[in-house]
Amino acid sequence: MASPLFPIETHAFAGVLEAKSASLLRKLTRKSPQAGITSASHLEIRPSPETASFGIRQVDALTGGLPRGCLTEVSGADSSGRTSLMLSALAAATCREEICALIDVSDAFDPHSAAAAGVDLGRLLWVRCGSHAQASALSRRRRQPASLQEWERRRMEDPVEQALRATDLLLQSSGFGMVAIDLAGTAPKMARRIPLTTWFRFRRAVENTPAILLVIGVESCTQSCASLAVEISRQETSRQSSVVSSRFSVLSSQSSFFREEHSSSRGEGCRDQDGPAKKPPHTELLTEIEIQLAVVRSRNERKAMQSVGNFATKTAWTA
Amino acid sequence: MPFACIFVPDFPAEAILRAEPGLRSQAVAVLEGKPPLQKVYAVNENARRAGIEPGMAKIQLEALTEIVLRPRSALQETAAHAALLDCAQSFSPRVEDTAPDTVILDLSGLESLFGSLPKIARDIARRTSDLGLEANVATAFNPDTARFAARGFSGVTVIAEGKEAERMGNLPLDVLFPELTSPEPCEAAARLLETFDLWGVRNFRALCALPEVALSERLGRRGVGLQQLARGATSRTLVPVDPPLIFEEAMELDHPLVLLEPLAFLLAHMLDQLCARLAARALAVQELRLQLHLDNGFHFVEDVVCGDVDPDSNIHYQQNAEVLRFAQDDNTEPSGASTTETRFPRATRNVKLETRNSTFTRTVELPIPMLDAKVFLKLLQLDLKAHPPGAPILKVHLSATPAQPRTTQGGLFLPPTPEPEKLELTLARIAGMVGEGKVGSLQLLDSHRPEAFRMQRFVPVEPSGKKEEGASDNSRAPVTALRIFRPALRAAVTLHDGKPAHVICNKRKEIHGDIIWIAGPWRSSGDWWEQDGWARDEWDIALQSSVASRQSSAITSRQTSVGSKSFGDKNSLALFRLVHDLLSGHWFVEGTYD
Repeated sequence: MASPLFPIETHAFAGVLEAKSASLLRKLTRKSPQAGITSASHLEIRPSPETASFGIRQVDALTGGLPRGCLTEVSGADSSGRTSLMLSALAAATCREEICALIDVSDAFDPHSAAAAGVDLGRLLWVRCGSHAQASALSRRRRQPASLQEWERRRMEDPVEQALRATDLLLQSSGFGMVAIDLAGTAPKMARRIPLTTWFRFRRAVENTPAILLVIGVESCTQSCASLAVEISRQETSRQSSVVSSRFSVLSSQSSFFREEHSSSRGEGCRDQDGPAKKPPHTELLTEIEIQLAVVRSRNERKAMQSVGNFATKTAWTA
Repeated sequence: MPFACIFVPDFPAEAILRAEPGLRSQAVAVLEGKPPLQKVYAVNENARRAGIEPGMAKIQLEALTEIVLRPRSALQETAAHAALLDCAQSFSPRVEDTAPDTVILDLSGLESLFGSLPKIARDIARRTSDLGLEANVATAFNPDTARFAARGFSGVTVIAEGKEAERMGNLPLDVLFPELTSPEPCEAAARLLETFDLWGVRNFRALCALPEVALSERLGRRGVGLQQLARGATSRTLVPVDPPLIFEEAMELDHPLVLLEPLAFLLAHMLDQLCARLAARALAVQELRLQLHLDNGFHFVEDVVCGDVDPDSNIHYQQNAEVLRFAQDDNTEPSGASTTETRFPRATRNVKLETRNSTFTRTVELPIPMLDAKVFLKLLQLDLKAHPPGAPILKVHLSATPAQPRTTQGGLFLPPTPEPEKLELTLARIAGMVGEGKVGSLQLLDSHRPEAFRMQRFVPVEPSGKKEEGASDNSRAPVTALRIFRPALRAAVTLHDGKPAHVICNKRKEIHGDIIWIAGPWRSSGDWWEQDGWARDEWDIALQSSVASRQSSAITSRQTSVGSKSFGDKNSLALFRLVHDLLSGHWFVEGTYD
């Protein structure tokens, strides 16, 4: 039963309140370009980006694929498999008849590895930075620039600077299915000096385009700009030996060994603390590297069942 | 059969104005001859109104301040004539190259394609104007009538069939004698014209009215022929030419050009002209060639001529504009320009002052035929910025290799490809940053030599829409990649039992330590019959380095700090390829497996 004291006023007051709140809501929801206020109901739902294959089944299952129109970062230590992952992604892209570009900051690209990985070299643009700049980088350490022009000249010769400018130009020209920046050979402190605004600009450049921007490096330097960030390393052994703490498979010419036998032992041909190598090195053959992948950041709506996955890369002579 | 004639009055002056459009509103006179005896060869309409006529001496013009004088340029006249032919060829395949300033086209069958004869004539005039030439265009039903109408009437003239005598009746008789307009006129034509003038016959109508028999008796067949021409009663077939596909533009500069920015303006104009000519012929550019004649300054050239020994030698001191001959003479005056000597000393030293010119050539090859003047200008600018000429520029010569334009059709479901024009500019800019030969696509060479590949021009392969067999993305295992160190890193290797046991590389701290695992060697060699033969042993090694472990620790610590799963804690091994050069005996670390 309504309060006897304010039966009519409550209803009226509630009605007035309702009308006022509705009016206020209408005003708020009306777009105000000067104030830049957009109501939550008018915010666009960002659709999940279309993805393309990495070329590795396990990685695709883990990450959902390379997102188009986004920045993807792969980071890991030396010999962790970053370059193999990048070549695999390039091979998948060129198989899809997309034109790709590789910005090679340290001029470390091996064409034969790429051909073995299945990259169509006719569809790959290779930009080799830093080969003539490395000499000037050496001299830069020895003496300070004499003038602003000299400093500007040296800055333009810096391989990282060249790579960023080349990436800018390539993203602006559009039409590329994938642009890969190889910072794996760049010292982490040099990569960290790349301003975040640069990565934001690159991300904006590929937004709403079908292009994939892939960056590989030692450490993560794109931070929140990357829509997909992955860390990669060689898979740890189940039973660690005192010396061998990482896994790579080796085939001996005398007999075939399973992976477990290799990992449990000191490794054929490996030196250990107990004694010299048991077999001559020419009987050994590097066959594969087992790699572990972890998703650090992903903007996919559908989360993967797990965030860590494994896969193995085969060497070219055993693939 | 209808014909059209394109006539460019004051052709030498028009050729100059085509290269310098800014002078069109001024009085321009073209000079020919060696200084100081230069004479006016051609003038434009403004100069004619100012009272300047061909044949006047240069000295007579020096009093006039508003006149612009230019030397005659055969290069620009050739380019202008080529442009005229291109314009004609864009309308009709049958074109007669009648004179440097006149071309005649056969318009048979073109009315259904281009419209009526007046429209065709207007289109021809407009296209000629687009090519930088102001021309008179006339159409008639015989080629000679068209020619005389173009010479006699300015602008666009259309003469209907049967109306030739009526339309051309008031034309003066000197139109029948084109050779009279040259600075060295033909005497026979001048005499004939004088005869007609004495008779009181001064126009076509009067000539047509003369009795044919009487004219024949007095002037012979030449006179009758002229009467037929005046009546428009002649008929002849055109002698068509097939002009070669040469597209060149050239410009000689009055003053040497030092900066590249003004050169860009010149190049822009020349490229516009070239592209207009190519577009008229429905062609595109495959290759651009820029030739700059440079002024490398003066230098002394000394010739020593050994002669008979003469104790009473006298050497004359002479000087003229080009030769300085140092001489020694006690008694005689300098003999002026004469170069003869009566006696010579033991050795005569002739020192000449000569100009040193050289040619600087740059070629821009395009991956596909293009026709965009702005893109060409940008490409040339980027190329000249990367390879500056190094000396002032005296003459600019630009030529284009024509090709059929590219015809492609994009597909709705095909992956996008870069636009060729944009891509070419982008690649030129990147090449300017990283260096020539450092951007492009790869071609593997058929050799086992290390680094057996070649960089080549990047030409995107057009997508076919067909997926390759076995190109399934996940069908095969990924391949372990090798990262190459360029140049290879010199290493100091300690051997144990004939195999590497310890590696030190000064340039890379991470390549330092005992070799944990080793495989090899794999020996390869080749080109032993060449001077640059090679022989090497390759080893695959695993090193445990402190730098690599620091990298892994850094990654691990960040993972731990953000709560992510830790993995690869002690992943500090790195795999390298070690190479022993058997010829030099040195050890190198060639790359790392990653």
